[in-house]
Amino acid sequence: MSSGDTRKLDIEKIGDVTVATFTDKKILDETNIQIIGNQLFGLVDDVGSKKILLDFSNVEYLSSAALGKLITMDKKVKGAEGKLRLCTIRPEIYEVFAITKLNKLFSMHENRDKALEGF
Amino acid sequence: MAFNEEFEVRIPSDTAEGQAVQERIIALLEKQQFSARDVFGVRLSLEEALVNAIKHGNGMDPEKQVYVGCWVDDEKARIEIEDQGPGFAVTDVPDPTADENLDKPCGRGIMLMRAFMSRLEYNETGNRLLMERLKNQPDNDDD
Repeated sequence: MSSGDTRKLDIEKIGDVTVATFTDKKILDETNIQIIGNQLFGLVDDVGSKKILLDFSNVEYLSSAALGKLITMDKKVKGAEGKLRLCTIRPEIYEVFAITKLNKLFSMHENRDKALEGF
Repeated sequence: MAFNEEFEVRIPSDTAEGQAVQERIIALLEKQQFSARDVFGVRLSLEEALVNAIKHGNGMDPEKQVYVGCWVDDEKARIEIEDQGPGFAVTDVPDPTADENLDKPCGRGIMLMRAFMSRLEYNETGNRLLMERLKNQPDNDDD
């Protein structure tokens, strides 16, 4: 499928942590979210990463469908006995997590360095 | 009543068409100098409302359409969205922040719309949504 060719995540390895930075400013529409979801799940299913850090520094918009995908990702990582952390979330986006109380579900960190501490 | 900007359209049940209407409304708000925060709230709410109408309301049925009306004046933006689906009871939507629902991947759209819009009302059938955002609405947590 050609949609799989669109890179939605920049992947880096820092020690044993896989850092995935979202490349899109808007994670809103279903098609994009589906692609992003597949690329995220691939980190667990294909790459076998156990420690995954999602960097939101580019993200300006995030819809409820994207939140749903992150929840599924969190379950997948936990199911593989891994750990998922989120970092560098701008205030408007943090508010989206806070309104839906998902800030209680996810391990959220101010920046990359803080997220990597004790990971 | 005089509006600075207004339009009404009917679009097919296609999320790409929904995106186009979203961009059209956002361009109007920017032209009318709504704040960045207003634009953020309206864009997010439009995304949620249009996806609900196209996907859940019309079930992506190409035979069904979604009506979108937009009215902008100096005080507010009002948007109405109606699908041709059977509707739903808003009160039946479970609280996504309840502990037992917190890890469920769905059901947060309406909550986000309520948080980011000044007014949000469904008709009795549940297939028509009216939402308003007051212009330059101050945040709750700062000024």
